[in-house]
Amino acid sequence: MSIETTGIQKDTTRIHNIGYRNYEGPRLGRAYARRSLYSQSLRGAYGLGRSAKSKVLPMILFAVMCLPAAIIVAVAVATKLKDLPLDYTRYAIVTQAVIGLFLAAQAPQSVSRDLRFKSVPLYFSRPIERIDYVLAKYGAMASALFVLTAAPLVILYVGSLLAKMDFADQTKGFGQGMVSVALLSVLFGGLGLVMAALTPRRGFGVAAVIATLTITYGAVSTVQAIAWETGSPGVIKWLGLFSPVTLVDGVQTAFLGATSAFPGEAGPGAGAGVVYLLVVLALVLGSYAVLMRRYRKVGL
Amino acid sequence: MAGRPAITGLWTTAPLFTFVAAPYGSVPLESDTDPAARADVPCVVRHYLRIVTVIATESLSKRFPRVTALDRLSLDIGPGVTGLVGANGAGKSTLIKILLGLSPATEGRAAVLGLDVATSGAAIREQVGYMPEHDCLPPDVSATEFVVHMARMSGLPPTAARERTADTLRHVGLYEERYRPIGGYSTGMKQRVKLAQALVHDPKLVLLDEPTNGLDPVGRDEMLGLIRRVHTDFGISVLVTSHLLGELERTSDHVVVIDGGTLLRSSSTSDFTQITTTLAVEVTDTDTHPDGTAVLRKALAAAGITLHARVEDGLPGAGHILLVEATGEETYDVVRDTVAGLGLGLVRMEQRRHHIAEVFRPEAAAQPTEVQAR
Repeated sequence: MSIETTGIQKDTTRIHNIGYRNYEGPRLGRAYARRSLYSQSLRGAYGLGRSAKSKVLPMILFAVMCLPAAIIVAVAVATKLKDLPLDYTRYAIVTQAVIGLFLAAQAPQSVSRDLRFKSVPLYFSRPIERIDYVLAKYGAMASALFVLTAAPLVILYVGSLLAKMDFADQTKGFGQGMVSVALLSVLFGGLGLVMAALTPRRGFGVAAVIATLTITYGAVSTVQAIAWETGSPGVIKWLGLFSPVTLVDGVQTAFLGATSAFPGEAGPGAGAGVVYLLVVLALVLGSYAVLMRRYRKVGL
Repeated sequence: MAGRPAITGLWTTAPLFTFVAAPYGSVPLESDTDPAARADVPCVVRHYLRIVTVIATESLSKRFPRVTALDRLSLDIGPGVTGLVGANGAGKSTLIKILLGLSPATEGRAAVLGLDVATSGAAIREQVGYMPEHDCLPPDVSATEFVVHMARMSGLPPTAARERTADTLRHVGLYEERYRPIGGYSTGMKQRVKLAQALVHDPKLVLLDEPTNGLDPVGRDEMLGLIRRVHTDFGISVLVTSHLLGELERTSDHVVVIDGGTLLRSSSTSDFTQITTTLAVEVTDTDTHPDGTAVLRKALAAAGITLHARVEDGLPGAGHILLVEATGEETYDVVRDTVAGLGLGLVRMEQRRHHIAEVFRPEAAAQPTEVQAR
């Protein structure tokens, strides 16, 4: 009887050792590897392809980001409003804390892991180079932020059309909002990655991102409020240059028809707006340069 | 890449470096220049003949502001398993960086698989695998996920990446555990994952930096066996570094010893260890011959066999071991017959190979003194 059972087992669990097989298929090279790294990092920012635990925070933040938009739409449709109670361009400014949390959680996840566990040399011993790695990681972070910030705008836009608001007006506002959040995503993504990449410790990265965003915004808005109270509104628009959120606010006030969140709506005009734009550009390019420098040191 | 010295001009003037255009390093064959001769040589043989050089360097130097990591190093490494031996700081890691095209040489040139490291870095890295010395694995993903990702980074399409990952992990000896997070692996298993990620894209050459670091003796043996298989079963050439000479003599076909960035010695392991095989012979004493060892020594010397003076001091029974130089098969017979003739009991007769370590103490290896019968 025992012979019979072993006979059956042998048949079902036979392992064929086929030996080593060479790979003759295509090698898709550098551009493919860069794309793969981009999509892996973008999915990773939302916890996709990672453990269930790491999906929790980004998904909650995504829901928190979209919930106000859904409520606004519901209210607008129910009460038959002529216009949305919140501008497209204003949405990201209002929800900046959520964006900041997302960045603080996901930027270190994206870059600190490779640095901390020293996986970076494994990338650079392959066809991809430093520039590919930096572009893929930066692109993925900016895209993840764009998905986060653009999704509620899409909800608002669809809702406004359902509520039969003025199509041309809404489309223009939506377009301006999309440009604004794209700019915000690139700016925030770069700053977040730089701070995360400078430390292999994830905790420090999280703290650094949150501190940079909240402290600069807190300081700028406080000083702006003081300037408003003491009757020197001229400096308010220049103070906005010193924090990422107010930078985006300034650019969209100057060029994207937004109403400034500065005290007394004293946002920059077209002239000062150019300065804002230049500062944003400098920060984005600076972030890229710092990342490139950082990975020159750690590569192998 | 920026900052690379412009040495391209040298290439055109150096006829020695014919391998630039060839798919592998090659020596010029007569058949290459003579079309009539080419027809006579079967294709397979020609192919085999052409694979001569996997890694070639010529007066390769790398100087940092304070130290010279490599000093005019010229190497010629063929297919097979090659051990790169050197103390810490001898320039092993610097050499690997240059070979991967990640660090420009200060002067000199190098080619891997016939590709110039200064200009074809990406093409080299597509066909070469690299296993770093240090820990490089994220603990929160499984071996499968990690190796699939690395396969895609090497340019393998998604489906191929998954298939190759499953195959490669099986070949390095990881089975069910490959679905568990790497954080829970033993050092030996982690080393296997590191080896798998270097092999997953089926490279023509793998560079293994201290693969036995941190392993216990059993793990060490398994890893060395695996490295041997990478060449014999997978057909992949291997450059393996170590600061331990002993373990490379068992694994490598060829050993290169560098020290202070210069080449100390380069030869096949048989040169190192097997030119003169030494036999250790131990016999019992009998009533007729109270000192069997002395009697045997006298008898062997009379039979014209060379005996070494070097006895392994400090080992138990060292005084009872004769070191006999074996010049061929017949030496074994002579020893056996002599022992039998004297009526002694042969306790052991075993090969005692020279150790690679002796390259570091040339005075010990050179000129073994002949013993006169005392």
